[in-house]
Amino acid sequence: MDDFMSKVESDFVRDDIPEMKPGDKIQVHEHVQEGSKKRVQVFEGVLLKRSGSGASAMITVRKVSSGIGVEKTLPLNSPKIEKIELVKQGTARQAKPYYIRRDRRY
Amino acid sequence: MLATLGEKVGMTQFFLDSGEAVGATVIKSEPSVIVQVKTEDRDGYNGVQLGYKDTERHKLTKPMKGHFDKYNAPPKKFLVEYQVDDSEEYSSGQEVGVGQFGAGDRVDVTGNTKGKGFQGVVKRWGFSGGPDTHGSRFHRAPGSVGMCVEPGRVLKGKKLPGRTGDTRVTVQNLEVLRVDEEEDLLVVKGSVPGPRGNILQIRSRDD
Repeated sequence: MDDFMSKVESDFVRDDIPEMKPGDKIQVHEHVQEGSKKRVQVFEGVLLKRSGSGASAMITVRKVSSGIGVEKTLPLNSPKIEKIELVKQGTARQAKPYYIRRDRRY
Repeated sequence: MLATLGEKVGMTQFFLDSGEAVGATVIKSEPSVIVQVKTEDRDGYNGVQLGYKDTERHKLTKPMKGHFDKYNAPPKKFLVEYQVDDSEEYSSGQEVGVGQFGAGDRVDVTGNTKGKGFQGVVKRWGFSGGPDTHGSRFHRAPGSVGMCVEPGRVLKGKKLPGRTGDTRVTVQNLEVLRVDEEEDLLVVKGSVPGPRGNILQIRSRDD
C-alpha cells in the first residue's frame, strides 16, 4: 500500500531541493502574485525546522527583519517555490533548534 | 453507471496547477467484474452487480459458488449492485476499472466510518457538556432526558450514549484529481470514510 502512496507522491516530491539541515542559512525564492503582477520574492533566513515527509513536507525559515523575528512556514514541494539555495551551513546539533529564537547571534 | 469499488490507501497533499496544496485521498481500485446483469423483464429493474477483489473458490459458500458459476464469473469477495437506466450495454464478465473516470470528474464515495466504540453524548452527538471548573458538578453527562408525569417516559430517538462510528457514510461531490490506469489508482480531493484499507464504493455523479 505504501508503494502506491509514494507513487502518487513521487510526482510532487522535488529533487531540486539542496541538502539542508536545521540551522543552515538558506534563501527561498518564492513566486508571489501582486495584483496582476508576478514576481519572485527572496526570503533569506535560518532553517528552523523541517516537518512532515513525502509530498507534504514543510519547512520553517526564520529571519530577523529590522529587529523583529519573522518565521515563514511553507510546503517544501510547493510549485510556488522557484528554488531554494543553501547560503551557509549552520552548527545546530538539534533537529529543532528553537534556541535560535533566543540566540542573539542569529 | 460509472461505478467501481476500491480500497483507501492513504492521504497526502496534492499540488494543483495554481500551486495550491489540497488534501487528497489515494484509492486503489482494481477492475471490478460484472457478475450479474439485471433486466427490467426478469428482475423488475435494470441493474448491474459488480464483484470486487479475487478470492479463493473454496472460501465461498455453496450458494455463492452456484451464483458465480451461473454467470461464469471468477469468485469475488465483495458484491455490490447498482441500478442503471439501460442494462443492454453491460454483460457478465465485463471489467470496469478506474478508466471510466477522468480528472475533473465528480464522484460520491461510500464506505464505513472508523468505529469509535461506546461513546458519551459529547462525542457522539456534539453536546456542549458543562464547565470543568468553577465549582461545576456537571461535566459530560447527558443531563435531563425526560419531563414529568406527562409524558412519563423518555421519548424515542433521544440522543443518548452508545456505539459510535462504523456507520455507512457517503461523501458527495469529491473531485477526481488524477487517474492512474497503470496502477489502478484514483486520487480524489478531500477525505473519504474509514481507516486505510477500507472498502469503498466510488460512483460517478453524472448519472
